[in-house]
Amino acid sequence: MIVFLLRRIAAMIPMLLGVSVLAFALLQLSPGDPLAAQRSNPQVPEGLVRQIEREYGFDKPVPQQYAMWLGNILHGNLGYSFKYKRPVLDVLLERLSATLLLALFSSGLAWFVAVPLGVWSALRRGEWIDKTVSVVAFVGMSLPSFFLALLLLYAATTMPQLPLIGRIPIGGLTSPDYDSMGLFSRVVDVFLHLLVPGIVLAVGSLAGLQRVARGSMLEVLRQPYVVAARSRGLSEGAILWRHAFRNAANPLLTLLGFEFSALLSGAAFTEVITSWPGLGLVALEAVRAKDLFLVMATVLMGSLLLLLGNLLSDILLAWNDPRVKLR
Amino acid sequence: MNRRIDSFRQILSRNRAASAALGMLILLYLLALFAPFLSPYDPDDESRPHSWATPSRIHFDGIRPYVHPVSFTFDDQAQRIYVEDTAVKAHLGLFVRGHLFGVVDDPANPTTARLYLLGADSRGRDLLSRLLAGSRISLTIGVVGVTISTLIALLIGGIAGFAGGRVDWVLMRICEIVMLVPGFYLLMLLRAALPLDWDSRVVYASIVLILSFIGWAGLARIVRGLVLSIRERDHVVAARALGVPPWRILTRHVLPHTWGFLAVQATLSIPGYIVAESGLSLLGLGIQDPQTSWGNLLQEAMSIAEIRLHPWSLLPGLFLFFAVLSWNLVGDALRDAFDPRGDE
Repeated sequence: MIVFLLRRIAAMIPMLLGVSVLAFALLQLSPGDPLAAQRSNPQVPEGLVRQIEREYGFDKPVPQQYAMWLGNILHGNLGYSFKYKRPVLDVLLERLSATLLLALFSSGLAWFVAVPLGVWSALRRGEWIDKTVSVVAFVGMSLPSFFLALLLLYAATTMPQLPLIGRIPIGGLTSPDYDSMGLFSRVVDVFLHLLVPGIVLAVGSLAGLQRVARGSMLEVLRQPYVVAARSRGLSEGAILWRHAFRNAANPLLTLLGFEFSALLSGAAFTEVITSWPGLGLVALEAVRAKDLFLVMATVLMGSLLLLLGNLLSDILLAWNDPRVKLR
Repeated sequence: MNRRIDSFRQILSRNRAASAALGMLILLYLLALFAPFLSPYDPDDESRPHSWATPSRIHFDGIRPYVHPVSFTFDDQAQRIYVEDTAVKAHLGLFVRGHLFGVVDDPANPTTARLYLLGADSRGRDLLSRLLAGSRISLTIGVVGVTISTLIALLIGGIAGFAGGRVDWVLMRICEIVMLVPGFYLLMLLRAALPLDWDSRVVYASIVLILSFIGWAGLARIVRGLVLSIRERDHVVAARALGVPPWRILTRHVLPHTWGFLAVQATLSIPGYIVAESGLSLLGLGIQDPQTSWGNLLQEAMSIAEIRLHPWSLLPGLFLFFAVLSWNLVGDALRDAFDPRGDE
């Protein structure tokens, strides 16, 4: 297991290097200057700008700049964000936790709803419940995340009489009076803020999950061992969850890795619309401000999260299915 | 191939939703094709006195429809309230000023009345006209983008699968690296590499470029997988034994066999491209005013205050939803038609 983990993590390094070269090259193609704001600010002496330039290697040829950046990364120095006027690492860590919270909440919600729904519609195949669920799932899949976010925000602002939805606060991670709240109200406050972006993201991945759950459950229910279990007189519940579902879960776990990727992209759009202070929002702001080091760091962080998501899905697969060997 | 098309027809005849979706798509694309004629105004025909004018109420003189001109007062929150001036009637007619319908010009007593079937935007431009004009960009950009990334995928995936060895290894690693960057971040990076203030046609082309750059890698891997199995088939081995040059084998004997499957994949990925363009434009990184696309129109709905006061600014999202839903349904029916295992 440990050997497997080490090998997988070692295999990530060349991939991430490739991503960093790609990102660096694309950023060098872009017009604009990370120090434009400092240059045009009369309060910043020209000597200082030149000193910053030297320090970060902006005056050197591109391959050398890349080498300098890479060297700094290896020493744990992600560089300095000229937009936020803070080290990139600080900005990143702060935003990363918000994105992870959102991703965990929404994927938890999606799985919690989609998997039972998928199993249920497999059991009631062709009946009205199956058809309704598949129609609803299709609609959910076709709703662009940003449109759904706008609809929910619209509902939240115009219908304060609705239970829950009417109480949803709009935008951000916390309310303005967050600092004066007790622990319990803080948790509730963050939860309420999570609802809109969380629901939006969950709806996006719900349809795919539900379909895979239904399809693979249908496949498994036809297998001889399910018939055998039934003929041994096991209860339907035990057949369903212990025998059928464990076998049907493999495609779902494989999907987890892909879902994570879609989630990260979807999360970015949703973050921007609902001003959730996560990685996506920071990436957008950094690209707009040509904040070189911050862009590099967010892109790498996004790719790293994706790789870790895939790794996690492989580990879960091996945990669920003893036939899968981790090598 | 013909068998597949027959099977698609059969699925359409059984699957009401898919055939309705196909009809909806045909309708949407026809609307886009005839947009300038069907819309009552030019998309950038603005009228400041009608900023955020509410959808016009249509009255009838017998069977002759007319609207009243509107004027505004301010409420206590300095928001405009539009009131109809019921003393004046402005009749609507067909074939007005080169548009299918609109307010009839009466040279004897000119009117300030404007027809806003779906309301107006902040600059008093007609939302319906802008929606129709925007559909030309929103509906085509996905199809063009998918076509280009399919062509790139055929080239790269075909070469990788056919050549094998080191070429295959390098090309596939490049694919993996492109696929590793989450879509949104790649979108941001590519957008940063292209300047923001270009001629609108160049912006359109660069968005197509961005979308195809994101999409080709996944398709290329699929093509490679297909090519790997096709190149071992008898007819390819025979062609090789006959001394047909490799490029000809690839383009004539291998790649044509991937088309059916690829067409399904491409159709299924069109909605993603449409949504990506809208998202990009929504964030102000894609199509820019005065050009219009559905995403760019939704930008006006981005602030909570605006949607609450002018809910019709959400309509572009509804059009987007219908287009995406229809493409999804049609793509799904196509997949069923091509799936040898039948429907499950």
